[in-house]
Parts: sequence; structure tokens; C-alpha cells
Amino acid sequence: MLSDITLGQYYPGNSVIHHLDPRTKILGTLLFIIAIFMATNTAGYIFLCVFVMAVILASRLPVGMVFRSLKPLAFIIILTMALHFFMGEGEQVLFEWKFLRITQEGLAMGIKMSLRLVLLLLISSVLTFTTSPIVLTDGIESLLNPFKRIGVPAHELAMMMTIALRFIPTLIEETDRIIKAQTARGADFSSGNLLQKAKNMLPVLIPLFISAFRRADELAIAMEARCYRGGEGRTRMHELAYTKVDVGAFVLIVVVMAIMAALRWWPL
Amino acid sequence: MSIRLEHVDFIYMQGTPYEKQALSDVSLTINKGEFVAVIGHTGSGKSTMVQHLNGLLQPSKGKVFIEDVDLAGKAPNIKACKQKVGMVFQYPEHQIFAETVFEDIAFGPRNKGMSEAEVEQQVHEAMDFVGLDYETYAKRSPFQLSGGQMRRVAIAGVVAMKPDYLILDEPSAGLDPGAKEAIFERIMKLYQARKIAIILVTHSMEEAARYANRILVLSKSRILMDGTPREIFLHHRDELRQASLDIPQTVQLVELLRQGGLKLPEGLLTEPAVVAAIKKVRGLH
Repeated sequence: MLSDITLGQYYPGNSVIHHLDPRTKILGTLLFIIAIFMATNTAGYIFLCVFVMAVILASRLPVGMVFRSLKPLAFIIILTMALHFFMGEGEQVLFEWKFLRITQEGLAMGIKMSLRLVLLLLISSVLTFTTSPIVLTDGIESLLNPFKRIGVPAHELAMMMTIALRFIPTLIEETDRIIKAQTARGADFSSGNLLQKAKNMLPVLIPLFISAFRRADELAIAMEARCYRGGEGRTRMHELAYTKVDVGAFVLIVVVMAIMAALRWWPL
Repeated sequence: MSIRLEHVDFIYMQGTPYEKQALSDVSLTINKGEFVAVIGHTGSGKSTMVQHLNGLLQPSKGKVFIEDVDLAGKAPNIKACKQKVGMVFQYPEHQIFAETVFEDIAFGPRNKGMSEAEVEQQVHEAMDFVGLDYETYAKRSPFQLSGGQMRRVAIAGVVAMKPDYLILDEPSAGLDPGAKEAIFERIMKLYQARKIAIILVTHSMEEAARYANRILVLSKSRILMDGTPREIFLHHRDELRQASLDIPQTVQLVELLRQGGLKLPEGLLTEPAVVAAIKKVRGLH
């Protein structure tokens, strides 16, 4: 059923990671991604894996669920690995058959590259699993604020994102209801060729568009009725504030980066 | 000739942190010819329950039968069975999509495989039934109509499929009293003319008392009571209050009048009955 879709995949919880300021999490994730690309040797990769596992455990999310978020990109990960396996240049040939040859260097490169992707995906899903979409947008708005001076409409962007996120569940619910109503009237959404199927969707799409426009209109009026006039001078109900834990998190991520740099330039 | 639910459980978003039990162990039979009102507080599972009656939702546990055909089974006539049950959702005018009133009402009958001549006849009948003049409205765009008229188009779209069971989920929500009255008058006419089953989901105790001959009370995802309006509204006031419901205003009024000394008989439920009883007591005609 459509309403079973969880959006922004937020998984409510009460862990340290859940309670971090969204800005800490966003910046921390960005810094960690840089750290991932600093890894060159085995020790570096092992350290990264351990760190990511520790973060997942600290977030108290079901580990299986976090790993399942890799599934949509499994194809790309496997393709990356395969390309490096077969295309990697190298001296030590392990296997050769006609035009296919696997070298030790290629093998190592393939594993490293796909490991990078896996770590990248895992750490960003921890971010989205532990931060509700609304809080995430607040964080983004706050981070974009300094760029207002060069003309980045930070507040407007964030407001647009918030509204879009707010209405996705509503529209999903609406779609679900319209599909049910048309199903009850004998509509068939699964048979026929592509063109026929597209045509069959019209009884769903037309009412959906109409209601989306109606809602947009109503929302605009409601916002104007409450004197909305953009971000200037606006206060908010939940002020973002860094706590000691955030400072700790920043220190930790800097230490991680330092270790990665050390492992890169002065390998064990 | 009935729809039967057997020990139906339904859980929304099973296996996620948002999991919610919407129905637990619901068993009931609705026979053709019954007018059933389903009442219950918001979130009691009314809408979820009626969506099981035509297979729009599949139970997490338990079984649903339409005229002895198991909807989860493999019988070849499942689709035909589901189409015996017509469903008018809340705010049905939000599901209108076609360019003309005729096309929108014809959508259901066409999907049911009726011939063009039959479709036209059904659309004509359905429009007559909801009180929209065929000549005037059939070729108009439904989006130029008023809210009440759009709702009538939407109801006609379901009635035109000639359902044996008609589910109406708060058909009068958001309509003015005149339009409400008109809709119910037509529903009663359809009920009496075609001897079908009507399942009415409503928040109005008055509507339930006035039109239904059987009342299902849902509370906290279970069936709390099942009986005639008389049994439920005259003898279970406290249980109804506990389930965030109430007895109809007519019954409350009769109670107050009796406390005030007017000698009204017991068991008055509907407005016409109350009016007649008061006239009789006061010797008016």
C-alpha cells in the first residue's frame, strides 16, 4: 500500500546521534566524507569501517535496516567493483581468459572503491535515519545563512523544502485514496501496454493535480493571512543550539580526520 | 446474499515504528436489504473497516467473503464480486476527473463492461436519482458545478454501477442542511426501490437513528455494539458516552421533556415520531 512508504526514512529514537544538532550532523557527515577520500591503505579503511560501525551502534538503529539502505544502489556498487576488477591495470596477473584479466592491483582497487561507496552511503543514511526531514531543513537553512550576502535565498529555499516535505505524506494519502476510489469504480491500473497504462492513470492524476493546486492556493492564503512575508526578522519555535555533545562530536570528527591524515602520510 | 468478515485484524504500516492496529478481531455479516449505520469516534477504525468490505484493504489476519467468495482466494469471479460493492468515499467530489458529467458517471459502468446503450441508460438513471437534469448537466464540465452538485455527480458515478451493497463514508460532510436532507432522501429512495444493502459511516447520531435499521458501534478498533437503533440508543447511553459518542438529540430532548412532566411514551427515536407523540399528548393535530 502507498501509505506504507516511509519518507525521508526518519526512524525516531532517543540516542546521542538523534539528539545532535542537525548542523553538527550535516557538517560532520561532510567532513567524514572527506576523511573517506583520504584513505589509501588497509589500516585507513579498517579504521573507517570501525568508526562507521561505532556510529551505527551509537545511533541504536536496527543494524539490518541501515544496511538495507544500500540495496537501491547495490547495482552501482557491484558495477564499480566489477569494472575495477576487470579493467584495473597491474603487474601481477591472477587470472586471464581471452580479453579478461584480473590483476592483484585491480582487485584491491575494486574492493577499496566499492568500500568507499558503501561507507559513504552508510554514513549518510545514519544522517537521514536519525534526523527528521523538518529538522534537517532547519539545519540546512542555518548553514546557508552566511551565503545570504552573496544572494543565496536561504530562507526561501528552506521554506520551499519544508513545504514540499510537509505535503508529500498528504499527497501520498490523497493518491492512495483516489486510487482506491477509482479501483472501487472498476479502474484497472496494471493491464495493457505502456500507452494504455499511462492513459489508465489519468483518472488518478487529474484529481491529484486539481487537489494539489487547491491545497497550494489554500496554503498561500493561510500564510498571507498570518502575515508571512519571508525570512527577515522571523523567530522560530525550536531554536537550533549547539550543546557540549555537539562540541564533542566536532572534536571527534577532527580527531578522525587527523588519524586519517596520519595514516595516509605516515603509514604504519 | 451477504458480506461477511471473519476475525479480521488490520495493522497499518506493519513492521515499522509507525505501526498501528486499526482493527482487531472484527467479525460481522451484512445482509442484503439492511441499512447499517457505522458509528464510532475519530480513529475508531470505521473507515478501515468499510474498506475491507470490497477488498480495497486486505486484512492482516482473518477473512472477508462477498456472497461466500473468499476475497483472498483464487475464485475467478472475485473481481465481479468486488464490483457488487459500491463505495462512496469522504468528499467524493475530489475524485472527479472527466471532461463532462456524463463521462465521469460513465467511468464505472464502462469498467464493468456494460454496452454503450446500457451505459447511457445507467448514467441517465443515476443522474435522475441524484436529481441532476440529464439534458442540462450531462455535457457540462463537472468542475463548473457547485460543491453540492459535484458531490451528487460523484455519488451518481457509484450508483450507476448498480451495486448490491452501497457504502457511503460520511456522504453529508460539509454540505448545508438542505443538501444533506436531499442526499439522504435519495439514498432512502434507492434503498427502498432496489432492496440493496446500505452501509453508512457517519458521525451524526441523528442520521444513524433516523435512517438505519441496524447500528454498529466501533470503539478502539473493535466492535463495541451491534443492534437496532432502539436497543443501542435507548439502553446504552453510558457505554456510548464512554466511547466518545452520544445518543441522538431527539432522545435527549424526549428525556428532558419527560423529566419536565410531559407524559411521552418510551422508545421515541426519530424527529417525526417525537413530533407525532408531542402532538398526541397535547391534543394537537
